[in-house]
Amino acid sequence: MRLDPRLSQVFMKILLWTFTGFTLFILIFIIVNISIKGLPQVTPTFLLQDPLDMGRHGGIFSTIVATVYVTVLAILLASPLGVGSAIYLTEYTREGWVTRLIRFGAECLAGVPSIILGLFGFVLFVMKLGFGWSILSGGLTLAIMVLPIIIRTSEEAIKAVPQEYRQVCYSLGLSKWQTITRIVLPSALPGISTGIMLSVGRSLGETAVLLFTAGAALRTPTSLFDSGRTMAVHFYILAREGISMPNAYGTAAILMISILLINIVAYSLMQHLMKRYS
Amino acid sequence: MDAKIRLDHLSFFYGDHQVLEEVSFEVRANEIFGLMGPAQSGKSTLLKVLNRLSDLIPNARVTGSVTLDGEDILAPDYDLVGLRRRVGLVLSKPVPLPRSIFENLVLAPRLSGKGNRAFLEELAETSLKAARLWDEVKDRLHASALNLSGGQQQRLCLARTLAMQPEVILLDEPTSGLDPISTAKIEETLFQLKSNYTIILVSNNTKQIARATDRVAFLLMSKLIEVGETPKVFTEPKDQRTDDYITGRFG
Amino acid sequence: MKKELYIERVLLFLALSSIGSLVTITVFIFWEGIPLIAYTGLKNFLLSSHWAPTRGHFGILAMIISSVLVTIGALVLGVPLGLACAITLAEFAPERVKTLLKPTLELLAGIPSVVYGFLGVIWLVPLIRDYLGGPGLSLLAGSVILGIMILPTVISISIDALSAVPDLYRDGSIALGATNWQTVHRVVLPAAGSGIVTAIILGMGRAIGETMAIIMVAGNALKIPTSILDPVRTLTANIALELGYASGRHREALFATGIVLFIIIMILNLAASAITRRR
Repeated sequence: MRLDPRLSQVFMKILLWTFTGFTLFILIFIIVNISIKGLPQVTPTFLLQDPLDMGRHGGIFSTIVATVYVTVLAILLASPLGVGSAIYLTEYTREGWVTRLIRFGAECLAGVPSIILGLFGFVLFVMKLGFGWSILSGGLTLAIMVLPIIIRTSEEAIKAVPQEYRQVCYSLGLSKWQTITRIVLPSALPGISTGIMLSVGRSLGETAVLLFTAGAALRTPTSLFDSGRTMAVHFYILAREGISMPNAYGTAAILMISILLINIVAYSLMQHLMKRYS
Repeated sequence: MDAKIRLDHLSFFYGDHQVLEEVSFEVRANEIFGLMGPAQSGKSTLLKVLNRLSDLIPNARVTGSVTLDGEDILAPDYDLVGLRRRVGLVLSKPVPLPRSIFENLVLAPRLSGKGNRAFLEELAETSLKAARLWDEVKDRLHASALNLSGGQQQRLCLARTLAMQPEVILLDEPTSGLDPISTAKIEETLFQLKSNYTIILVSNNTKQIARATDRVAFLLMSKLIEVGETPKVFTEPKDQRTDDYITGRFG
Repeated sequence: MKKELYIERVLLFLALSSIGSLVTITVFIFWEGIPLIAYTGLKNFLLSSHWAPTRGHFGILAMIISSVLVTIGALVLGVPLGLACAITLAEFAPERVKTLLKPTLELLAGIPSVVYGFLGVIWLVPLIRDYLGGPGLSLLAGSVILGIMILPTVISISIDALSAVPDLYRDGSIALGATNWQTVHRVVLPAAGSGIVTAIILGMGRAIGETMAIIMVAGNALKIPTSILDPVRTLTANIALELGYASGRHREALFATGIVLFIIIMILNLAASAITRRR
């Protein structure tokens, strides 16, 4: 007996919407739960005070500093490499084995799980190069992690710049590099900045990599060679050792807010740049 | 009169595809030289060879010679930047750069070393006047070039080329898609520019060629069929195919 | 002219950084781990479930099985839910709902895995313990949390795949009298097939590679699970838990574990690329 298609459609629609509703419920539950339990913890004191008594009391200031240092370092390293790679891929080569190799490298790199990156960073930077658990080790490893993101988004952005712009520039006697720096890159800037913001967002949440490269020292790092605990790592330790529920929730809330802020900044930055250069 | 540009057995290939076959003709200084022929005859490609924008085409290959004032511009280490400053190109689609009108005009001159602000402002004004756009935009030089109409944008592109003070101006179907008034303005401009520049005009429109050029070459399917003084070619074409094209039996 | 050549060289050097990093990572992981595999023998390494590194036993079978089971569990949960969500959002939801939900999904994709793990410990684990038995920290908990974690990935890539199917196909089907659902499941889904498979494979990659959340909810016990309520330790958890204090052969063994993980993930990623390329 075949079911009337209209009946099966109704049935499927109910099923689909139920599943969707359930999914959304779970996801919204996560946000709401963190917000309710965590937002009350987010006070100026919480943000500006260092963790006391292994995190049982006090705030998360040193972790904020460590997070900023490590993220900024990673972005500073990965951006020239990533944008440079993208420029080379689009402007200096034709599709061939070189471009395919570079792209393959970036794709595979994007798929490496963070624990493997942590292993790598640990053996190379912490041990063999002797940097120890430090902001430097963490930043270097994080840079490798976000490199594929920046390459991919920058390449798309540069490719999207109309070919006619380049023709016009060459016809006017501009050199290749002048064309790239004066016209192509500014036009691609919105896309590139989105990629960088995405990378910042990913770095904020990264734990496995940083636990084994930047370590977990609670003191505010003052040099590249100091160890530091980022917010995500701090949160992990608080949660797993059961040190302080309220502080854990507070840290989680800050992480979520930061990611939300990054998304908003990314979006508005992109809009602003598009207006300026399009 | 010495030729400004001379093509000698110029052939152009990309990959296995041959776009120009042994094309030879001369362009004299201070004339408007027309290049006509149906679509896909190789006219645009020929223009691009003249400022070596053709180098950008994948798998491009050129044989023969093209000389500018006696120098072979196809030589491997020829100064391309210098070439392109002497030979300017206006594309068929108006392509204003995403900058202000002023910036569009002075971007290239500034990068070629002429940094003086006063000089650049004067240059912008002269170029806009020569392209007959000055009156329409003189009050909004710093507005975005993207807000101009199609005809204005194309005149801006012409002004932009003029700002580099070239010797030769190449125009690839510059008025296709423009309204008759803009078309007329551009044709008049070319006529006035003739005394200071050598102009090569590619057009699909035989009437425009008849109106605006001094001499003309007819290209059909990558071969040069005929070249000569425009009035002569149009009234007494030497080749039957030229006659067919002019009278519209094909096109 | 010389300056241009110099610039090109520099850019080429920068561009090789991606493949260079990948090669360096591969080299180091293998360099550190292969000695151990040579020492115990590949068969022993992969097929023994006896892991007691301080006493010279390096069998990772239990962890391989746990990783596989937890990932399968994650897919069983995440794919139907994610696909249903994607279909609903791409085909049946009004525009306004879509514009509201896409940024929400992006936000959720950005939530760190440790937060998922944390909530899992607080809410899910006690639920399992009280209603289903066992310690709560279990294969089931791991699967559920991972399933939830891969939802944003599966959903957004599936939505992209579904949206890429030209409206022409849908219009054609409707014109022939099919209902919306029939159109979706007979026309759109098959057309989006490879994109959805890609979404699943990428979700799988994420699940297998996940470390922190799994450590928090899966129990980390060293035996092959016999029920979904048993605590399990995945390959990733193994590395992360012991790296801090491992040395000598023990550390080598962790790298060797990394090699296995690396190979599995590379195979998955290459499969996903091959499928996307074939479109």
